[in-house]
Amino acid sequence: MAMKVEHEIHSRRKGRNMGVGLLLLGLIGIVFGLTVVKVLGLTDIRQLEKFDHVARPQLEPGALEAAERRAADVAAERAAAATATQEGATE
Amino acid sequence: MTDATNQTQTQTQDAQMGDYFALMKPRVMQLVVFTAFVGLVVAPVGINPFIGFVAILCIAVGAGASASLNMWWDADIDAIMKRTVKRPIPSGTVSEGEALGIGLALSGFSIVLLFLATNALAAGLLAFTIFFYAVIYSMWLKRSTPQNIVIGGAAGAFPPMIGWAVATGSVSIESVLMFALIFMWTPPHFWALALFVKSDYGDAGVPMLTETHGRTVTRKHIIAYCAPLVVVALWLGFTSIGGPFYLVVAVALNIWFLKGCYAIWRRTDADSDADNHAVEKHTFKVSLYYLFGHFGALMIEALLRNYGLTSWAGW
Repeated sequence: MAMKVEHEIHSRRKGRNMGVGLLLLGLIGIVFGLTVVKVLGLTDIRQLEKFDHVARPQLEPGALEAAERRAADVAAERAAAATATQEGATE
Repeated sequence: MTDATNQTQTQTQDAQMGDYFALMKPRVMQLVVFTAFVGLVVAPVGINPFIGFVAILCIAVGAGASASLNMWWDADIDAIMKRTVKRPIPSGTVSEGEALGIGLALSGFSIVLLFLATNALAAGLLAFTIFFYAVIYSMWLKRSTPQNIVIGGAAGAFPPMIGWAVATGSVSIESVLMFALIFMWTPPHFWALALFVKSDYGDAGVPMLTETHGRTVTRKHIIAYCAPLVVVALWLGFTSIGGPFYLVVAVALNIWFLKGCYAIWRRTDADSDADNHAVEKHTFKVSLYYLFGHFGALMIEALLRNYGLTSWAGW
């Protein structure tokens, strides 16, 4: 007796399964397309990092400006310290 | 009867994709897709075509989901009415549980995807539309008041407003008037239908106006609803999405539809029975042209405006 690999239910539900398969492929296409459109639409590349589910304080509004101000303050402090050291050495 | 026989009988009734698609009322979906598309196209804000496509798809799927929920809830009366007896549930191809599951799953899918693709307002409006059609109309109003289709008509009126919200992220007078156009059009459209399929609704115990207040009152209601309908239709012509082309089309369509509604109002039931409801059937057909004509004109008006072709009229 020959083995019947395909059960009758497979042929009966073939159209239905094909339909579900096509729908899933369509869903993949939609999600992929939306991702491409949304990413290409970003004006600032930092916005991309907002979607990785990790808290990133540096991405908060004003974070960049605050960091720049802090860096300027540190640079000024170092310059002042260097000047003071130089003056001390001269004396 | 053995278990094997039972199994064979069930197996022969396996639903195909077409049966599931029929659950979504594809003919109603055409209107939803068309009006939502027009709402999107006439909006003053451009949108990426792919996002626009996904938005329309979500609105269509949302409409299909609410239709599926409606078929699940109304399976008992669908089996009684001639017009609906061949639907997937009464015909036995799809079970009630499947219809409920598909309706709920597609509702969630369409709302979430629309939110991710566009904005919260559009997704919220779609969610409210599905809720309104499935719960307010199907579960509550349809079997309890003859004003069912008046208030329930709001569910079919939301799509252009959602389309507009997809593009603009807001609600404005233009989108409210597009909503009002479909909302005011629904009662005369359905009552014209009810006048020539009178026995169906009565047999199913659905309190259509024709059954609760009689056909003469229904005729009066049809002409009464035409007055605000005409006002809304012409008002749209004077908003930012209207223009000379739309106004010409709107005036012609309103005269045509009013003529039909007036004829329905002036007729007696004896006249109607004598010619097999010819005027009612004709006016019902005109009502379809009426709605597609108005939204088609709005779309053409938007195209003319984009190409600067309305300036000749000093608009």
